[in-house]
Amino acid sequence: MKKYLPFIILALLFLVPLVGLNSYIMHILILVLIYSLIGMGWNLLGGFCGQVSFGHAAFFGVGAYTAGILYTKLGWSTWWGLLLSLPVVLVFSLVIGFICLRLRGPYFALATLAMGEVFRVTAENLVTWTGGDMGILLRERTWVSKIWYYYIILLLAVGAFLSIKKVMGSKWGYYFVSIREDQDAAESLGIPTTTYKILALCLSGTLTGLAGAFYMNYMGYIDPKVVFNLHDISIVTIMVVMVGGVATYWGPLIGALIMVLLAELIRSNPGLGAAHQTLFGVLLIFIIIFLPNGIVGDFRKIVKLFRPGRAR
Amino acid sequence: MVQLELFLQTLIAGILLGGLYALIGMGMTLIMGVMKIINLAHGELMMVAMYIAFWLFTLFHIDPYLSVFVAMPALFFLGIALQKFLINPVMKVDSILPENQVILTVGIGMVLANLATLFFTSNYRSTPVAYATKAFYLTDFWKNAPIELSLSAAWSLSFLIAVLITILLWFFLSHTDLGKSIRATAQDSDAALLMGVNVSRMRAVTFGIGCALVGAAGCLFLPIYYLFPSLGGQFTLIAFVITILGGLGSTVGAIIGGVLLGVFESMTATYLGMGWAPVGRFLIFIAALVFLPGGVASLLREQKFGK
Repeated sequence: MKKYLPFIILALLFLVPLVGLNSYIMHILILVLIYSLIGMGWNLLGGFCGQVSFGHAAFFGVGAYTAGILYTKLGWSTWWGLLLSLPVVLVFSLVIGFICLRLRGPYFALATLAMGEVFRVTAENLVTWTGGDMGILLRERTWVSKIWYYYIILLLAVGAFLSIKKVMGSKWGYYFVSIREDQDAAESLGIPTTTYKILALCLSGTLTGLAGAFYMNYMGYIDPKVVFNLHDISIVTIMVVMVGGVATYWGPLIGALIMVLLAELIRSNPGLGAAHQTLFGVLLIFIIIFLPNGIVGDFRKIVKLFRPGRAR
Repeated sequence: MVQLELFLQTLIAGILLGGLYALIGMGMTLIMGVMKIINLAHGELMMVAMYIAFWLFTLFHIDPYLSVFVAMPALFFLGIALQKFLINPVMKVDSILPENQVILTVGIGMVLANLATLFFTSNYRSTPVAYATKAFYLTDFWKNAPIELSLSAAWSLSFLIAVLITILLWFFLSHTDLGKSIRATAQDSDAALLMGVNVSRMRAVTFGIGCALVGAAGCLFLPIYYLFPSLGGQFTLIAFVITILGGLGSTVGAIIGGVLLGVFESMTATYLGMGWAPVGRFLIFIAALVFLPGGVASLLREQKFGK
């Protein structure tokens, strides 16, 4: 049963839009998949390789702006952005990695935080390219119906899932984990840690950039405050992975599901809407203290907690 | 001549700003040195102190400079409480990611910023003190001065108080038992424990002192700046850039780094435009990482060993 579970989930995800759900639910599903794609990217770098990044909004925004600028400056379809965001984000990842990966642990985390903010400020100030705070508006979205968008992001997410699984099963994956567990020991065993950390960052960045380019296509509007947002992108990404489970394959999907539903629930309640960051913050603190490895990672702990008729 | 005047004026503004930045950076560097974690709620704690000073001014007409005496102890105890009840338990939890404490401080910062928005609305506030517009001019003191420079009264007062607090901190760290224990814990917590230092108490006290310092900086910023709930993030970043610039865990480095950053920032603001100041901040950060990974502190250390 356990062997077939991924296929069952996949089949369900493919069949879901055929039921004829209304566009609000489709929107939620698309958001879940976008966030799980970013989460998977973050998880590769933060979970498996141990380099916690607070600046994934930088990659997301660069991906989105690649698509957007191609559209406004060259008049190309934003779908080209999906393809071209890969090399662009790769170059940015290399530069960011070269600078920030000189730092370790929490210092790297803060450096990426600063990086994300700088990208936002730069995008706000480079008015000739990005349109500044006016943002970029797609005059006509490709499809009105959400079904095609859903299938595209689903394909991207499944592709990301499979490639992460592939990478983590290969030599690279073991190198990443060894860097997380003890960088000095890994270095002394002859693993070029800096190279592999940069590789992890590039993979992670391109996945996040893809999500950004898709976001441009789907939403049809971006501005620096939306796509380079520290709280709504960078920190929510961390929460998605923390809630779902750090260094697990299914964690980002579960985390994205929970976080997006929770965000919608809070937002739809007028009394709670203003306090959504407090609630997110409290949830984050709660998760870190009681379930440090997330729902998937600490699943046994949760099961044990609810198992009936047994003293803990 | 006008160019020179502009340059000198920018330099003065930068140094005055740098004095305050140094205070923020020192709080962060102390916490970093002793607890080995980065406090990402640093700016938000400063925002809390600013609100304390703001309400003291609005309700009781207490001068923001005097509320330093209220905000510093308040932040000290807030810091100790945060350390005891949130950060300490997480340090013991076993998890895959070692950076859990850092992510935890992000959570604390989010809660603080959002609560401030809920309770005090996100309006921009300021304290209209009488001396805010006063300034000293060079021509007042020197009649035939070839250039004209001005010095805002509030800025200079803030700077002087910041310097005073820095001197007091230096005295505390180098001449009292408690200060020496803190420095011992920062150097090697295991050895300090063996020498009879109560390391866990030192950690709590240091977190409190770090918060108190940034609280004082908040009070000093209030007369010359405006206040809104989400201002914390940018000051957390500033504190971090200062600590990288100055060298991780070095107090003297933090002072120098703060002044350097202040000068650099006011230069970018004057010659490139206000909007670019954060980018300038980051450029200096990258330059420090690439060319001077140990920060200013490593230069100081080389000097010492050279002699």
